[in-house]
Amino acid sequence: MKTMSFDAVIVGGGGSGMRAALQLAQSGYKTAVITKVFPTRSHTVSAQGGITCAIASDDPDDQWQWHMYDTIKGSDFIGDQEAIEYMCATGPEAVFELEHMGLPFSRCENGRIYQRPFGGQSKDFGRGGQAARTCAAADRTGHALLHTLYQGNLKNNTVFLNEWFAVDLVKNEDNAVVGVVAIDIETGEEVFVKSKATVFATGGAGRIYASTTNAHICTGDGIGMALRAGFPVQDIEMWQFHPTGIAGAGTLVTEGCRGEGGYLINKSGERFMERYAPNAKDLAGRDVVARSMVLEILEGRGCGENGDHVYLKLDHLGEETLNAKLPGILELSRTFAHADPVVEPIPVVPTCHYMMGGIPTNVNGQAITIDSEGNDQVIAGFYACGEAACVSVHGANRLGGNSLLDLVVFGRASGMFIEKTLREGVDLRDPRESDIAAAMHGLNRLNSSTGGEQASVLRAELQTIMQNYFGVFRRGDYMKDGIAKLNALKHRIDNVALDDKTNAFNTARIEVLELHNLYAVAEATAVSAEARTESRGAHAREDFQERDDVNWLCHSVFYPDDKRVGKRDVNFTLKTREPFAPAIRTY
Amino acid sequence: MLTVSIYRYNPEADDQPYMQDFEFDAQGRDVMVLDVLEKLKASDPTLVYRRSCREGVCGSDGMNISGKNGLACITPLSQAVKNNKLVIRPLPGMPVIRDLVIDMGQFYAQYEKIQPYLVNNTPAPAIERLQSPEERAKLDGLYECILCACCSTACPSFWWNPDKFIGPSGLLQAYRFLADTRDTSTEERLAKLDDPFSVFRCHGIMNCVQVCPKGLNPTRAIGHIRNMLIRSAT
Repeated sequence: MKTMSFDAVIVGGGGSGMRAALQLAQSGYKTAVITKVFPTRSHTVSAQGGITCAIASDDPDDQWQWHMYDTIKGSDFIGDQEAIEYMCATGPEAVFELEHMGLPFSRCENGRIYQRPFGGQSKDFGRGGQAARTCAAADRTGHALLHTLYQGNLKNNTVFLNEWFAVDLVKNEDNAVVGVVAIDIETGEEVFVKSKATVFATGGAGRIYASTTNAHICTGDGIGMALRAGFPVQDIEMWQFHPTGIAGAGTLVTEGCRGEGGYLINKSGERFMERYAPNAKDLAGRDVVARSMVLEILEGRGCGENGDHVYLKLDHLGEETLNAKLPGILELSRTFAHADPVVEPIPVVPTCHYMMGGIPTNVNGQAITIDSEGNDQVIAGFYACGEAACVSVHGANRLGGNSLLDLVVFGRASGMFIEKTLREGVDLRDPRESDIAAAMHGLNRLNSSTGGEQASVLRAELQTIMQNYFGVFRRGDYMKDGIAKLNALKHRIDNVALDDKTNAFNTARIEVLELHNLYAVAEATAVSAEARTESRGAHAREDFQERDDVNWLCHSVFYPDDKRVGKRDVNFTLKTREPFAPAIRTY
Repeated sequence: MLTVSIYRYNPEADDQPYMQDFEFDAQGRDVMVLDVLEKLKASDPTLVYRRSCREGVCGSDGMNISGKNGLACITPLSQAVKNNKLVIRPLPGMPVIRDLVIDMGQFYAQYEKIQPYLVNNTPAPAIERLQSPEERAKLDGLYECILCACCSTACPSFWWNPDKFIGPSGLLQAYRFLADTRDTSTEERLAKLDDPFSVFRCHGIMNCVQVCPKGLNPTRAIGHIRNMLIRSAT
């Protein structure tokens, strides 16, 4: 089998992967990015509203500590405070670097970066009213950020293995990660990509749900690979449903619409968020707004023929503002909702958007597992950042604009830490042939398979189960049914068909491999959701409606080998001040 | 029933490319061309094309749809079907890898040639570099390019000289950096473009403008570059 060797290999060419790659390429280490799509096709490109960061442009007195407070509160207190402190404090430096790299941010009259209000933002630790802290490039911030990072990597000669698909992790006899086996999609060639540091920046897995804002490519490949390698995932039951996906299409409509003054109405034209969140109204946390919308719909106040959505009203902002601030939204709404926001509201519905959970890591991006005594153990050679990781800065609910900050800050932090590690010297044993064969097992089995059902059919069934049993509101008995249905699907997915065994750009093979990853994420989600017997952040249970800090002020940890859910302490240590104690969360 | 005629070629199985007809029932709905492809792929997994965001921002699914380059995910059937027929081919003028997937190597090479990154040789300040809203507005209509290649593969000049003519997409990006008040490399950038082919092979045919799915205008950007080159020569 062909082998390629690098100092560092990053799997995933989105925002976090390319930020990590940039750091390493600048340091001169031999770095490669394995990405299943050309980098600028990664899902970061779809981020719209902006990157939240206390750069003190809109408000010269803004403080990163206020951002830290908002993020901890937004997480419903299971975000790790050490990581949130690091993100909010380092953020301004990381954002200015992007600007210096050329990111075309929108501007204020004084020439500084334009910032807009987003949900869950406050001044003075919740006492000073709404803040405007989200740095924006119109409503195309993700596109601008992703292209800027790709350009930075071109400038620094990063090696890109574009349209390569990582299949599985390779571990050596010490259980250290020493690279991945991958397929060059264009030729079908299988390659062992060996590395002293393997970084998973593989993004989310929104495609486990039938209705999602996520791209087709968001299939949780990194989570699937980590689980198959026996490594745990954390808080994977925490899925964010974005309040405003276009009804029917799933396409995202940025929270920036509400930040700019738009609001939600029910079928009577009532601005219903005033009832659910009297202070923050439409800019409450996303979990709060999404649940309020679902309640409006369930109680018969939804809009449209079937009463199955609500409206996002923007027309009162005026055409000029909409053209200047939200041009991309006008385009998307006209194309996918057949509604022109200049004159009519957009039909919207809560839609699966973001995976708060993922591979547990420390602030250096080092992936963590938990030993039999319950202590954190770093997995040698293995790192994760961005949506695939759970560092954890989002806890049970992510604030808008914090995903772009997360991926830049922790992509950068991972890169810096790996650079230091490489300089000190990395000594991992080479894998044995049997180790590589173990990583090739699934692919070889697939390539010699016969018969089976079509991947598209099985994928649709999986997505329907997740949508129906593990959505915005959850209930124990329903979830048990859902888990039983997933178990019944498992055998069929194990025997999925791959009739086309050709090699050139065989996307059927890739989609089957993605289906296995989707199943792994779905199963971990389902089992963890059923185990967490409380309501917190995005995890809302009808049978356990209260937050339970006595039993569940902790991370859940799903162990793939015995499908057990364990607990891990939340980090409550801050370097700069006393930690924030859990409080009742209202907006 | 709609007839969907698709260009097929698998180098391992086919001696030569051919057009394959599928029947498709849209049930009266004006779905996107990508939705049609997804449905067809569900029953024939050997059908190959690129796709990712399905909302017109990632640039994966550029293809030739009933004779016009565009993104499958934001092209509704109502804009693409003629005489109850939808014809889908790969973007023209580039080597085909399989079915609707082309080799984009030459397109990306031209992009890389224009040094698509900000160059500023002055020390970076502790905060951002300042830029007025008016200066920033000069980048509107330029930075939004999604590298889908619809424009360059619609351009006869690019068909003739894909190795020497930068093409509309690359030139749009070249101007994006020339127009950026934060970039200090204008002279070097212009010097690299100052030959008979890189810019001046553009004959103002404007196919690029006609097909750009983001409504951008590469011809205008090329005009600005020409003016800058002429000014710098005198």
